[in-house]
Amino acid sequence: MGDTLFAAWLIARKDLAIEFRTRSAFFSAVVFALLGLVIFYYSWDPTAVAVTDLAPGVLWVVFTFSGLLGLHRSFGVETADHAIDGLLASPVSREAIFLGKAIANLVFVAAVQLIAIPALVIFYNLPLGKIAAPLIAIALLAAIGLVAVGTLFSAMAANTRLAELLLPMLALPFFVPIVIGAAQATSKLLSGRPVAEAGAWVKLLLAFDIVFVVACAFAYPFTVED
Amino acid sequence: MTRSPPSVASRTDLPIIETADLARAFGSRRAVAGVTFSLAPGDCLAVFGPNGAGKTTLLRLLAGLLKPSSGSARLAGIPLPGGSLARSRVGLISHHTMLYAALSARENVSFAARLYGIRDPSARVDDSLRRMSLLERADAPVRLLSRGMQQRVSIARAMVHSPQVVLADEPYSGLDESGARALTALLRELRSTGTAIIIVTHNLAEGLSLASHAAVMQRGKFVRYEASARIDAVSYAATYREAVASDG
Repeated sequence: MGDTLFAAWLIARKDLAIEFRTRSAFFSAVVFALLGLVIFYYSWDPTAVAVTDLAPGVLWVVFTFSGLLGLHRSFGVETADHAIDGLLASPVSREAIFLGKAIANLVFVAAVQLIAIPALVIFYNLPLGKIAAPLIAIALLAAIGLVAVGTLFSAMAANTRLAELLLPMLALPFFVPIVIGAAQATSKLLSGRPVAEAGAWVKLLLAFDIVFVVACAFAYPFTVED
Repeated sequence: MTRSPPSVASRTDLPIIETADLARAFGSRRAVAGVTFSLAPGDCLAVFGPNGAGKTTLLRLLAGLLKPSSGSARLAGIPLPGGSLARSRVGLISHHTMLYAALSARENVSFAARLYGIRDPSARVDDSLRRMSLLERADAPVRLLSRGMQQRVSIARAMVHSPQVVLADEPYSGLDESGARALTALLRELRSTGTAIIIVTHNLAEGLSLASHAAVMQRGKFVRYEASARIDAVSYAATYREAVASDG
């Protein structure tokens, strides 16, 4: 177990170092997220829809699609010069590769959220105050689910000619429960309801995370063995 | 370069690699169709053959990257694909560099060393880079290196953990004369320290000069396989040309 975690850390650190140097996917994801927030803002009629009804949906749609940019890059860096063969031929377990990729993707998605959530609060003049901590917890739970599913499908799509197209087609249906759960929980918080009212949706996110992190970690080796 | 303790196989001169009727099919196409051979520590098998003969698939089977469709292969007594233990004994060189372009040569080799369980790899990384005459460019991002330099980094990466078996798929691809000389010297030295090598190449002279065993592969099979004491370079060249011509 210790070896698996150490190998996962090595792989995550390598992926983050590559992303930090190239910054290609991160800037694209942040620009996409901010543009999404702006476009939704100007297409919104404040007399027809309350901000607390609109913002949760906007936030999670933007996160989902900007996250896909990072998830696509995850195995893209491995296919460039068949670096994945070097990883697979090394003695690290397939689970460690999945875990390492998932950790790097989680940092990526969290970093995008770190910029997009304050931007949403400012643009939409949201009352963050007391709900900041629960909102961060919901964002983290949703990010874990998105990343677990997205990392698996990124590995599956990476070796195909239509990876950019295939990844969203495979992953988006699985993202639906996460987006619904996160948007509903966020909506409860933003509309000033007691935090406990969001509990059922948080439990759904938690259950999704547990099931899909385990299932995807077990399924990943089958995507690379043939 | 420090070596890992010798395996049971190397101490007793048992075969370090052994295949029996090894086969691999992709759908209805048999890329490897019943290959049998064995190598002792320090042996070197040179495999020649036309494009599409199954040479790369054979190496991928031995590297544990593919599962055999039938037959068997053992590496240091471990049936393949044998998991982490078998993979830790292999160094894989390919005509694809398997490097990360945004990382430096040193970072690429160091990353590989750590994956192979070397916790403090700096001395080994430097040694490996020095052998391929790369120390001066060690901190340059790989994307800024020439194709030949990248291939040298790839070789340094494959050797950093002192593998017992080296699988080299067209390792001379992209190397200039000095790089090719350095690689040949390295492979000879590895043989002398008991590392078994399988080299796939189109360069008969280079391959035969290194080899203790040689094979010509065609349509997934060894159409010729011999130990070097009996290798006749001229007749080998003729067999190779025939194989290429009949596939062309």
